[in-house]
Amino acid sequence: MSKITIPLGPQHPALKEPVNFTLVLEGEQISGSAVNLGYNHRGIEKAAEDRTFLQDIYLIERVCGICSHSHTTCYITCVEELAKAEVPERAKAIRTLVGELERVHSHLLWLGIAGYEMGFETLFMYTWRDREQVLDCLELVSGNRVHYGINTIGGVRRDITPGQKAEILKRVAILEERTKYYVKLGTEEATVLARTRNVGLLPHDVALERGAVGPTARASAVKRDVRKDEPYLIYDKLDFNLITHNTNDVFGRLVVRVLELVESYKIIRQVLDYLPEGPIAVKVPAKIAPGEAVNRYEAPRGEDFHYLKSNGTDKPERVKVRAPTMANYPSVSYMLDGGYLADVPMVIAAIDPCMSCTDRAMVYDNKAGKVRVYGWDELRKYGIEHYKKRGVDFTKL
Amino acid sequence: MQKPARALFEVLGHLFKKKATSNYPFEKAVVDARFRGRIAFESDTCIGCKMCVRVCPAKAIEIILSAEQPPAPAPAADGTAPVPVKKKFDCIMSLDRCIYCSQCVDVCPKKSLISTQDFELAHTDRKTLKRHYK
Ligand code: SF4
Ligand code: SF4
Repeated sequence: MSKITIPLGPQHPALKEPVNFTLVLEGEQISGSAVNLGYNHRGIEKAAEDRTFLQDIYLIERVCGICSHSHTTCYITCVEELAKAEVPERAKAIRTLVGELERVHSHLLWLGIAGYEMGFETLFMYTWRDREQVLDCLELVSGNRVHYGINTIGGVRRDITPGQKAEILKRVAILEERTKYYVKLGTEEATVLARTRNVGLLPHDVALERGAVGPTARASAVKRDVRKDEPYLIYDKLDFNLITHNTNDVFGRLVVRVLELVESYKIIRQVLDYLPEGPIAVKVPAKIAPGEAVNRYEAPRGEDFHYLKSNGTDKPERVKVRAPTMANYPSVSYMLDGGYLADVPMVIAAIDPCMSCTDRAMVYDNKAGKVRVYGWDELRKYGIEHYKKRGVDFTKL
Repeated sequence: MQKPARALFEVLGHLFKKKATSNYPFEKAVVDARFRGRIAFESDTCIGCKMCVRVCPAKAIEIILSAEQPPAPAPAADGTAPVPVKKKFDCIMSLDRCIYCSQCVDVCPKKSLISTQDFELAHTDRKTLKRHYK
C-alpha cells in the first residue's frame, strides 16, 4: 500500500493547544510519526531574567494554567535553597495541600478530556461539573481558581482557617463519592474499554528507555514518583500509595489517574489533620546569594524540573524549566506507531499534554518560508556570523 | 467485567436533579472574600513611597503627585516652622496590564491599596481600562 504523509495540527479540533504531528499513513495505520513543537513559544525563561525573584513567581505561575502551583513551588524551592531560608512547617503543609488540590483538579480535567476524545461526552460533563468542587476549594484557600498565587519567597501568602478546613473536608467527601463512581465507570463501561484498551501501547522497557514521567510512566509499571523517590515539602510525613498499572495502554493511564485521585483525597485529609501551628512565612531579602540550584516536583503530569542560577543580585541570571510534557513526547511517537489514525487524539490526550508548559526553548529559522531547527554547532556558527556582521568578533572566545 | 450502558441510570437520575449551572449575567456570581479582583486606592493614606510600583510584576501601577495639593499650612502664631502637610498622590491603574496578583496590596506599608471583589472588568472601550484614582 502506498504511503501518505499528513499533518495533524497545529490547529486541529482534537488538540486543545497548538502542536504539530507529522504522520505517515499506510491506509488507516500509522507507520511513522514526528512531533514538531514551538507553536506556543513565549520566551518566558528570557523574560524571567529581567524581573526580580519575587516578580518571577507570577511569571512562572503563568508557564501553565493547570499546574501553576507545581511550577511556582519548584521554582521557589530553588530560590529558598539559595537564600538558605527556613520555610515554616505550616507553610510547607499549605503548599502540599494546594499541590494536591491542584492534582485533583488536573486529573478530573484530564478525565473529562479523555471522555470527550473517546466520544463519551456524558463523562466529560460530569467530571467537569464535579471539578467545580475542587476549584471552589482552591478559590477558598488562595483567592483564585487557576492562578492561586499562594506561594511567596519564604512561605505562603494566605493562612487556612478552621472554617475553610471544614469546607474543604466537606467538598472532598463529595468528590470521593463521585470518584468511586468514576472508578466503576472507567473500568466497566463498554465505550471506555473499547476506546482505551490496547491503544497507545508503551511497554515497560520502552517507557524507561524514553524517560517517560508521571502517570504515563506509572501506567507502564514504572515506579516513578518524585513524592516517593525524593520527598519534598511534607510528603515524607504522609501515608499514601504509589499507583502503578501494568496494561501499558491508555486504559492503564486512566486507571492510574483515577486511583491517584483517591490517594490525593487521602493526602488532603492528612495534611488538614497535621497542619502545625506557627507562622506561614519568613522574611527573605530581595537579593539572593549567588549559586545554582535544581529541583524536582511531581506535577500532575509528571516530574517537573527547574534550574535556577543567581548572581547575587535581585534578579535571576538563568531560569530553566523542563516541564513533564516535554519528557513524555519521545514516548508519544512510539505510542502512535502501528496504531490507527482514529486513535491518535486519544493517544495524544493520554499523556495529558500541556503545550504552554513545553514550548519555551525551540529555535526556528523562517527564512525562505522554510522551518529549520538549528543544532548547537550551527546555532553557535550562526550567532558568530550574526555578530560579525555587526562588527563584533566572538570567534576567539 | 464489561457492563453495557453503565452510565444509563446515572444519566436518568440527572433528569430529577437541580441544574448545576447558573444563569450568570442575569444572576449575580458570588466570589469568595479572598478573591483578588480590581485594586482600589485610597489617596488619603498613600505616602508615595512607590513600593507598589517597584514590586508590580506587570508594570500596571503608576503613582503620581496629584494635580491639586492641599493648601500650605499657615505659619504658627509663635513664629516656629509650620508642620508640613502630607502630599497627595494619585494612582493610575492599567486594568488591562494588571494580573490581579495582589502583590501591591501585600507590600503597601499604609494599606492604601485594597483588593476588591470586583471582577466584571471587561469593556469595549480601551480607555476605560486605565483608571485614574484620585
Ligand atoms: S499605594 Fe502604598 S505602596 Fe504605593 S506609593 Fe502609596 S503608600 Fe507606597
Ligand atoms: S495586583 Fe499585581 S499586577 Fe495588579 S497592580 Fe497589583 S501588583 Fe501589579
